[in-house]
Amino acid sequence: MVGITSYGAYVPLFRLAREAIAKGARGEKAICNFDEDSITMAVAAANDCLNGIDRDTIDGLYFATTTSPYREKLGAAIVAMAVDLRQDVITADFANSLKAGTGAFRAAIDAVKAGSARKVMVAAADCRLGIPGSALEQNFADGAGALLIGDKDVAVTVEASYSVYSEILDIWRADGDIFVRSWEDRFSSTHGYLEAVGEAVSGLMRKSKLSPKDFAKVVFYSPDARRYVELARQLGFDDKSQLQDALFAVLGNTGAAFPLMLLIAALEEAKTGDLILLASYGNGSDAFVLRVTEQIEKIRNRRGMKEHLASKKVVTDYRRYLIWRGLLPQETIPGPIRFLSAPAAWREREANFRLHGVRCQVCRTIQFPPQRVCTKCHAKDQFEPYRLSDKRAKIFTFAMDYVTPAPDLPTVTTTIDFDGGGRMECYMTDREPEQVKCGLPVEMSFRKIIDKDGAHIYFWKSIPIRA
Amino acid sequence: MGSIKDRVAIVGMGCTQFGELWDKSYKDLMVDACYEAFEDAGIEPKDIQAAWYGSRESGFTGAHLANALKLEYIPVTRVENFCAGGTDTFRNACYGVASGAYDIALACGVEKTKDHLGGFTMYLTIPFDRSMAEWELPPVSQFAQLATRYFHHYGLGYEAGRRILSKISVKNHHNGTMSPKAHFRREITLEQAMNAPMISYPLNLFDACGMSDGGAAAIVTTPEIAKSMRKDYILVKALALANGAGQATLQPEYDFIHIPETVAAGKAAYKEAEIKKPRQEVDIAIVHDCFTITELLIYEDLGFSPRGKGPEDVEAGTFELTGDLPVNTDGGLKCFGHPLSASGLRMIYEVYKQMQGKAGPRQIKKADIGLVHNVGGVNGLFNCAVAIFGRA
Repeated sequence: MVGITSYGAYVPLFRLAREAIAKGARGEKAICNFDEDSITMAVAAANDCLNGIDRDTIDGLYFATTTSPYREKLGAAIVAMAVDLRQDVITADFANSLKAGTGAFRAAIDAVKAGSARKVMVAAADCRLGIPGSALEQNFADGAGALLIGDKDVAVTVEASYSVYSEILDIWRADGDIFVRSWEDRFSSTHGYLEAVGEAVSGLMRKSKLSPKDFAKVVFYSPDARRYVELARQLGFDDKSQLQDALFAVLGNTGAAFPLMLLIAALEEAKTGDLILLASYGNGSDAFVLRVTEQIEKIRNRRGMKEHLASKKVVTDYRRYLIWRGLLPQETIPGPIRFLSAPAAWREREANFRLHGVRCQVCRTIQFPPQRVCTKCHAKDQFEPYRLSDKRAKIFTFAMDYVTPAPDLPTVTTTIDFDGGGRMECYMTDREPEQVKCGLPVEMSFRKIIDKDGAHIYFWKSIPIRA
Repeated sequence: MGSIKDRVAIVGMGCTQFGELWDKSYKDLMVDACYEAFEDAGIEPKDIQAAWYGSRESGFTGAHLANALKLEYIPVTRVENFCAGGTDTFRNACYGVASGAYDIALACGVEKTKDHLGGFTMYLTIPFDRSMAEWELPPVSQFAQLATRYFHHYGLGYEAGRRILSKISVKNHHNGTMSPKAHFRREITLEQAMNAPMISYPLNLFDACGMSDGGAAAIVTTPEIAKSMRKDYILVKALALANGAGQATLQPEYDFIHIPETVAAGKAAYKEAEIKKPRQEVDIAIVHDCFTITELLIYEDLGFSPRGKGPEDVEAGTFELTGDLPVNTDGGLKCFGHPLSASGLRMIYEVYKQMQGKAGPRQIKKADIGLVHNVGGVNGLFNCAVAIFGRA
């Protein structure tokens, strides 16, 4: 049987109080930090999903998003590098549609069924922008979900699937647009969302000879806090007992990642034998019948949705959010001539993306960045790669720059010592200045360092352990 | 291994005004610094047989110095060694003379940092090579990490730590009021220094030196020739240079409460100068106070204070103009600012003038042995120069 063998999620630490956008607006939405984007969030969710699983057994990585930082360049390759997967895995970007997440999910199932891969990771992430102050901006949120699809130790089997497409201008973003556009809500909902998801779910139930009462839980993508309830009622589900909360009060609409993240939230509460219905939306709908197996109990030790949602910092300053999204002009660092060298970035890819240091095969000293000659015993070229991205560390010393222009002052620099050996100097992010201390335990997070000349430069930063 | 001790003499020096010299080009500064040195030595530019030119970002290749001074078809070598560039330029000129290849050589360091926004054309990038994933901030965050760990290691609270650093700043600003060529010549109070705006925690505005324009030059020759030129020439006793090999960030054993490059350069210099007890034997030290924490660590790294006891000596006034071992009598980088490759030669200029008794109101009583120290770079990759001088 093919299905989900592991799940992981990522919700950024920061939440924007909707009150900061519009007076009287309720709840909060998850917002990524200035140094996060769909790629970094996908990496975080994939790492959560990998928890305890040998990375070398993964045969594919599908990255799903409508907000890839690149118009032309494989986002999945960056995610696969940062997650430290083998070089010979299948990679693909599923893009441009709100149902890219479930599209990638379906393609992964098919790949495993067809025998072209044993395990495929689906990592979906989004960080869409609505025009400042708009209802879309209030609804949109940032986050990521990851599912590992395989045919052994399956925790959630895929029993059936059904897809429809629909051509309609209801919600879209043209090439070059920064903000998502939409037609009038009632038109969009009636002839877009409600119609397409309704058809997919009805078709699925017909095909699998199931009726609404057979499902323990129904997981619907929703454009806003209300429409999915209307949809559930229309289809004959009991919204009180069967419907998965779409989390608008605490999260918001995370685009292509949304259906997967809501599914993960449902799986965190699911029991063995539960039948779950999942349906996405985006110019059509992918719908699935899923059955939970006893294996679910063995993959509970993820941060998932619950822990990520519980660990948060609320931003109330709307200006701070605008600066993070690049919507307010900012002073830049004066003076230094910064230029990107693609050959240098390529040479350093194992260190920069995989966060590989080296371990001396003679004296066992772990060193970062990789060296040719050992700092301790001076042995030449006798190193083995050593992954640091999954190791915890402690701050040895730090500085906090309050002056050099940056999106989130103070800029914290840390020198950290890894548990098990190795030291590195790196920026720290997702921190409150008052919590930064010598000895503070930290973990590593893949972040964007700089956008320069149309290129996005990524590297790892330290963050306080996300409790 | 041989020794440079007593094999080279300084017979002339020059130093420009330091500051925001909007109306001077780097070639103006070369002319101003070198012609003061020529006049001081009583020689003509044509007497120079070889020259070394230190700069990080102001004039590339030796030809720029040759062009400014019209040094015609003689060897001119450009030296770049970040903050230690000035002292290293001087060091190379000394070896040129000591080798016997040249009788009279010129060392000149000039920097126009203020022609660039922010004062630096580029920061040192670590740990990578232009992939732009590297850590990239002004140097203050490198030195602030030393202060953070020093406070933590010795259990100094933030206030107590800040008080010590602030006293160093107050001392240097006081000395600077008596330095006509300094960029900043104003007294500051302890309270001002304690409460200045934060730059990079735990270092504030008054812990940091400024960025300035400036130039300085020295003329070196053999002691035999020096004798024929003037009575009050100064002898080179030691020239040391030590570079880090990345240890601080590659080896977790490194403690961030000392700078090993300074310790190594100091040891080598003391050995060459045959100095056993630096605290007693050194009369004046002009050291690299790019940040107050750097000066505090230097006290301990160069053996002026026992480990961890620098703060006690600061409280006791040991390094003030009237103390046992005056440090940065001219106001240091704190008051001159830091035109990178000019700073080392500016520091030698102060030792030279003090030894000749020409330091005006800041003249100290006894200046028989003087020390100059520069350190630059980032943790693990510092380059440190220490030079020691004696009276003829």
